Amino acid sequence: MFTYLIRRLLYAIPILLGVILLTFLLFRVVNTPAQQAINALGQKSSMAARDEWIKTRGLDQPLTAQFRVHVWRMATFNFEPSETSKRPMGEVFRQGVVPSLCVTFPGFVLGFIISLTLSLYQVFARHSAADRGITVLCIMMMSVPTVVYIIFGQAVLALGSNWFPVSGFQPGLGAIRFLLLPVAIMAIINLGYDARMFRAIFLEEIAQDYVRTAYAKGLPATKVLSRHVLKNGMIALITLVVGQLPKLIMGTLLIESFFGIPGIGNVLVQAIQTGDQPAVMACAYLGALLYILALTLTDILYAVADPRIRLS
Amino acid sequence: MDALKLFTDVFGAAFFFALGFVFLWWVAMPPLFIPWMRSDREAWERWGSWSTLLLAGVVAMYYGVRYFIQLPSWLSGDLLLVGGLGGVTFLLVRAASSERWERALRRFRGDRLGLAALSVVCLYIFVGALETFRLPMGEFGAEKSLLDLIVQKIPNERSYSAPLASKLLNDTSAEPTPLNSNFHLLGTEQLGKDVFVETLKGCRTALILGGLTSAIYIPLGALMGLLGGYFRKWVDDLVQYLYSVLASVPEILLLVSIMFVQGQNRNLLGMSIALGVTGWVGLCRLVRGETMRQSERTYVTAARSIGQSHWQIMMRHLLPNVMHLVLINFVLGFSSIVLTEAVLSYLGVGCPVGTASWGLMIDSGRSELSRDPVVWWNLTAAAVALFGLVLALNLLGDSLRRAFDPKRS
Repeated sequence: MFTYLIRRLLYAIPILLGVILLTFLLFRVVNTPAQQAINALGQKSSMAARDEWIKTRGLDQPLTAQFRVHVWRMATFNFEPSETSKRPMGEVFRQGVVPSLCVTFPGFVLGFIISLTLSLYQVFARHSAADRGITVLCIMMMSVPTVVYIIFGQAVLALGSNWFPVSGFQPGLGAIRFLLLPVAIMAIINLGYDARMFRAIFLEEIAQDYVRTAYAKGLPATKVLSRHVLKNGMIALITLVVGQLPKLIMGTLLIESFFGIPGIGNVLVQAIQTGDQPAVMACAYLGALLYILALTLTDILYAVADPRIRLS
Repeated sequence: MDALKLFTDVFGAAFFFALGFVFLWWVAMPPLFIPWMRSDREAWERWGSWSTLLLAGVVAMYYGVRYFIQLPSWLSGDLLLVGGLGGVTFLLVRAASSERWERALRRFRGDRLGLAALSVVCLYIFVGALETFRLPMGEFGAEKSLLDLIVQKIPNERSYSAPLASKLLNDTSAEPTPLNSNFHLLGTEQLGKDVFVETLKGCRTALILGGLTSAIYIPLGALMGLLGGYFRKWVDDLVQYLYSVLASVPEILLLVSIMFVQGQNRNLLGMSIALGVTGWVGLCRLVRGETMRQSERTYVTAARSIGQSHWQIMMRHLLPNVMHLVLINFVLGFSSIVLTEAVLSYLGVGCPVGTASWGLMIDSGRSELSRDPVVWWNLTAAAVALFGLVLALNLLGDSLRRAFDPKRS
């Protein structure tokens, strides 16, 4: 177990280095320093201002030296401060984590539960009209752009009928009022895709021998589903869910900026719109880091949960 | 010069018209409708390969001449699109001569939902093609697309009008100004352009974007997957490393970063490169896995034993056997590209402002919702058009998957 843990963690290191290299290539090599200065300061900035900008960021150094600085900054999380707000990125992230999680986590759990129920029902009533109907419904839900879900929710449920506040956030318990609609939308966004995938997983499980055995010994269908199929399908399910995390990030981006929730997604959207390069880079890097962490963790959890996975 | 331009444009128009259903023609025609070709598989293969190659050559020459002379950059979007789709067609035609494809085709013909989805997609392609063909028919030889020529009777207004209304929306004078024409089926947007026409023009942007992106990521993903799955060992390690690094940056963050780095210079080509770079990972994984399974089979050993080279084995034997995965991935990937465009446009790193794109239309509709009366038609038209295309593509991909693999549906 311990060797597996170490090996799995070591495996993450080259990937992480690759990600650091990728961000370096993207943000330092693709554009010349002059181009970066124009992107940051605008077309109308003076040459002197651009030179000054380049010099303070050390972009006139040779690339190897820049790369050394870059790797060091990424490895120690000592990001350059944001261009627009001048605050260090670490502080920005610390402030954004709680509101972001307030939207993402409940929305994610809710969506997971709904799609799980839906897909279990589909498997229960497989190849019936209801099953086909839900499948088509899921495909339709997959085809609606995320933005449209959000705009529709905001326009009809908040603006039109005044059931929910349009946007905003406040710390403490008062946040619940503001969070209801974003969380609901968060849950709906990936519903179609998840339900379809879960159904495929469960259908595969249901073809296994142990299911036939369970039926043969006289268990009712609901029990077979909840005790055997659900439990055995859980591993494939969790992989899928972890693989879905990046999509969650996209949802957060859009939802936070639409509903004015001061989370990390909002930080990123504003950074994009104001041309704030250090903030965009820090967000991309941290997103990748968290995702790698999540992948590694699931792999380790597998080995813990499923004794069939050999530790070699 | 004008004569040359007219010639090239007419030729281009003819080509694009052809492209849409010739694609179907080569893939579907011989086994379905031409009896003597059904039995003579080699004749079909020759027909498909040579005619595709010939056409690709002619098209490359045409675009070469046109863009070397008229544009400073030869790397134009249209050229890449045509080259890439030509390549994909070529591969499809070669792959389609196998028994698996014939069986799938037969099954697909019985799938009414799939056929309906296919015809909807073809409708979108047709509208997009109308907007693509440009003829120098405007004033002072300005280029106009066929769609422009069809709808040129619809004039621009000065500002909003509601769908089917006869007066301007925010005209508060006692005697409101009548519209220049009563023909605004879906009303007009804030600049006075007809929403219906804008929506139709959005088809081209979506299709070009999807086509270009597929032309970039499909060869990349398929080749990488084949290499990794066939050679194993260090090649596979390298391929795996590459895609793990790319996949470990959440897709939207990578996309946003690439688009962000392009700054103000971004265009459709840059966007499809960004989408292509992030998109090949999924296909590569699929192809790699299937190639690994296939390369254990005896036909690969047989091919090796008669002295075929690695390249020949990969291209002649392995590729046709994984091609159905590529086709399904192409259709489903297309739909997610169209969806992603809307997100990117909202984030402000999508299509350049001024392009007729559904994403931009949805984005502009967002700020209009707080007006009174609510201006919803711009947003709704784009959203419905986008939904229609994506739904059709998703359904098509689904029934293709069913056709190729009936027991796993």
